[in-house]
Amino acid sequence: MIRVQREDFDMGLELAKLTKNNHKVGGLTSFVGLVRDIAAPEKISSMTLEHYPGMTEKQLEHIESIANQRWHLEASLIIHRYGKLDLGDQIVLVACASSHRGEAFEACHFLIDWLKTKAPFWKLEETASGSKWVKAIDADKDAAHRWSLK
Amino acid sequence: MKLLYFAWIRTNLGVSEESVDVPSEINDVRALLDWLVNRGESYKAVFSDLSLIRVAVNQEYVDLDNAITKGDEIAFFPPVTGG
Repeated sequence: MIRVQREDFDMGLELAKLTKNNHKVGGLTSFVGLVRDIAAPEKISSMTLEHYPGMTEKQLEHIESIANQRWHLEASLIIHRYGKLDLGDQIVLVACASSHRGEAFEACHFLIDWLKTKAPFWKLEETASGSKWVKAIDADKDAAHRWSLK
Repeated sequence: MKLLYFAWIRTNLGVSEESVDVPSEINDVRALLDWLVNRGESYKAVFSDLSLIRVAVNQEYVDLDNAITKGDEIAFFPPVTGG
C-alpha cells in the first residue's frame, strides 16, 4: 500500500494496522526519514517537498510491486509526505512485514534506496542565505544500483 | 500537448504547466526540446545542460529519443531528491 499525503503519520498506528490479524508475520521492519538540520556547509531551518501528483503514486506502486516480486512479503507500506516540513518532522515511512526478518530487512532497504532515485519528489531547503533546491547525489544512485546487481 | 515543469525548472521558467501546439515534425522529446529553447531566453537557459534534466511522458520515465504525440503529458524535472 502506498500513500502520498501532506499530513503527518503515526508510525505505531500504521505498523499495527499493517500486520493486524496476519499471524504469518514474524518480522516487521521499518524506516523513517526525518528532516535534519544539515545542508553542508549551511544549516537549514525547514524544507518544502514538491512532487508530481499522479506520477508519484505510479512510481511508488511500481517500486512496491517490484519489492513484492523479489521478496516474499506479507505486507508493505510506503507513506511519503509533501509540503512544508520543519526540522525533525517525519518525511517518509517504509515498512515491510514478512515471515522472516531477512526478507523484511532487505525489502525495506531496497524500497527506500529505490524511491530516493525514482519517486518524483524535490526538496527545497530554507537556509539563512535563502532557499535552495537540493541536488541529487551520486551516493543515492549507487545505493539504488547496488540492488540491480544482486 | 501538455507540458509540466517541476522544482528549479518550474521556478526558473516561472510556469508550472502549459499547453502547446507544436509543428507536426516534432515527434520525439529531443525535437521538442530543440523547439522549446527557441521560445525565449529562460527556456534556453533552463535546457542548456540536458544532463540536469529528466523527462517523463505520460508519467513514465523516458529517454530523449522517446516518441511523443499530440495528447501526451510531458514533464521536465531535475533528478529527484525525495526520501
